[in-house]
Amino acid sequence: MAISDGKVKRSSLEVLSYCRKLAEQHGHEAEAVIVDANASAYAEQVKRYGPSKIYLIEDPVFQAHNNTPLLKALAKVIDKSDPYLFAFASTESTKDILGALAAGQNAAVLSDVSEFELTDEGVSAKRPVMAAKILASATAKGDRIFVSVRSGSYNAEEAPADTEVVNIDFSFDESELRSTLREVISGSGDKIDLSEAETIVAAGRGVKDEEGRNLIAELASVLNAGIGASRALTEAGVYDPSLQIGQTGKVVSPQLYIAVGISGAIQHVAGMSNSKVIVAINKDPDAPIFDIADYGIVGDLYKVLPPFIEELKKIRG
Amino acid sequence: MKFYVCIKQVPDVNAPIQIREGQLIQDASRMILNAYDASAVEEALVLTEKYGGEVEVVLIGPDKAKETIRKALAMGADKAVHIQADAGKEYDSAVYANVLAAYFKDKEYDVIACGKQAQDTDAGLAGGMLAKKLNLPYTTNAVALDVEDEELIVTRQGDSGQEVIALSTPCLVTCSNDMNDPRIPSLKGIMQSKRKPLETVELSSLDLDESDLSPKVSITGYQEKPERQAGKKFEEEPEEGAKKVAKLLDEEANVV
Ligand SMILES: Cc1cc2nc3c(=O)[nH]c(=O)nc-3n(C[C@H](O)[C@H](O)[C@H](O)COP(=O)(O)OP(=O)(O)OC[C@H]3O[C@@H](n4cnc5c(N)ncnc54)[C@H](O)[C@@H]3O)c2cc1C
Ligand SMILES: Nc1ncnc2c1ncn2[C@@H]1O[C@H](COP(=O)(O)O)[C@@H](O)[C@H]1O
Repeated sequence: MAISDGKVKRSSLEVLSYCRKLAEQHGHEAEAVIVDANASAYAEQVKRYGPSKIYLIEDPVFQAHNNTPLLKALAKVIDKSDPYLFAFASTESTKDILGALAAGQNAAVLSDVSEFELTDEGVSAKRPVMAAKILASATAKGDRIFVSVRSGSYNAEEAPADTEVVNIDFSFDESELRSTLREVISGSGDKIDLSEAETIVAAGRGVKDEEGRNLIAELASVLNAGIGASRALTEAGVYDPSLQIGQTGKVVSPQLYIAVGISGAIQHVAGMSNSKVIVAINKDPDAPIFDIADYGIVGDLYKVLPPFIEELKKIRG
Repeated sequence: MKFYVCIKQVPDVNAPIQIREGQLIQDASRMILNAYDASAVEEALVLTEKYGGEVEVVLIGPDKAKETIRKALAMGADKAVHIQADAGKEYDSAVYANVLAAYFKDKEYDVIACGKQAQDTDAGLAGGMLAKKLNLPYTTNAVALDVEDEELIVTRQGDSGQEVIALSTPCLVTCSNDMNDPRIPSLKGIMQSKRKPLETVELSSLDLDESDLSPKVSITGYQEKPERQAGKKFEEEPEEGAKKVAKLLDEEANVV
């Protein structure tokens, strides 16, 4: 279970909910794993999603992400639980350990799937490929299979159960480390976690100056939305790199995505095409973003945003 | 420092793609150097230009992939290794990692740099797998690199913040394209690339058994993603378009 800002991430609850259903259908157990400096604090929340067991590994070393101790912790859990399938929410932290963990366990691994199923031989899954233009069907075979799942692929549904909580002893000798975490530079980005956000206002190169950024901030605040950005603006240092949405950045799946001054390059679309409703504001009527937008406003964002914000303020009262 | 950069030839995702009977039909002339690997090459070049050292690229692929090796040499890499693989074979990240691990087993180096993912499959697995097999300290998704004494200093983009990590060498790092803009080879670079050492390695010469070369993951077919339809587009006065869309978001889409 991924933890962020003192909460279990919704994407992890989505994966747990789906695994619980799969387990029920196939006569298996679904267990949850929490590795964190404060792991026990999250057990109650995770219980509500119905795992038969929760493994807790609690150690101060997990205050910040660090792959060496995390790999060690997960290997311990695997020793104890001997899972057939080990599923993760596809976060940056997951991406950092998935390959190494799979190689260490000689497991088959499917990363970043949008769907998966248990079959007689293993797991079959769908993965977006070619900058998410196409879906590949893939199968993994073996007696240990890892998957990581894109956020928004399943619903998080509570289903309380009798859950056993198991603490696993863990100690970590810093001298084992051949890498040192020197510092964590916390993102100056918006505090709303984009992979969880219900509404996202995303700014692109069309947002040229402070006036533009203020309009973006105002629109986001009216809608209680997270702010995202295209690579053009994260690369230019205008927005925090953690706000980048797309193939290199984050994959998001909000109810509403408002793309402002974004052309809609495939690498950007790769990260947001699963949004429920897409609004595009762009002065170029031929911008590719309009091909995927449910609502498009052709016009200069500096002229469109003020009345748009006004109207939304009225609607939201 | 001695850098090895693992590079992959991938189809250009910007090229038109067709699917026929579940198979991808791609324009074979539009194969490129994986963008994330290009960033890894660029950064290795920058660091060796600054601190001295050597950059060698390693690619597993069919004959056609030589053009991608040439590209890296033209950018400025000193040497290249081409590990020959059948064009028809479908390998997964794990098989590539196994082959690379077998190749690197008796090599000396300070840093192995990979891309954070192959641009076509977005798997993002081979780097971590290779690090594990070679028992190297590693980190992924680097957005900046530097060298300090015998350590590689990596700034990695995490879920929210960035982590600054010092890796003792030898080590492995996977690179994001947010690290730099890869240079475009100059004419001189292209000319010189033809004279640079390019070693060819046969798969059979590496210490690999059947299971190392058998993918656990296979692709069974491709399908179009359910396409999003273009919806309503408003080209009138900004004021009116904005108001209409705001209303529709409320009354029709129910999302505000
Ligand atoms: C391997 C790889 C990975 C990548 N990963 C990502 C990624 O994760 N995320 C990402 O975003 N990009 C990514 N890119 C980059 C991507 O290809 C595009 O370059 C980028 O998305 C462009 O950003 P943009 O739409 O903001 O800028 P542009 O393409 O320059 O578009 C700006 C748009 O703003 C409009 N505009 C300008 N002024 C106004 C105005 N006043 N009012 C209204 N509209 C206006 C223009 O008409 C134009 O359509 C990646 C590229 C590669 C090669
Ligand atoms: N065929 C290959 N030859 C050399 N390096 C590769 C190959 N396949 C993958 N890699 C390296 O592993 C990285 C991640 O690949 P993947 O796990 O397939 O996303 C790539 O960016 C390359 O650096």
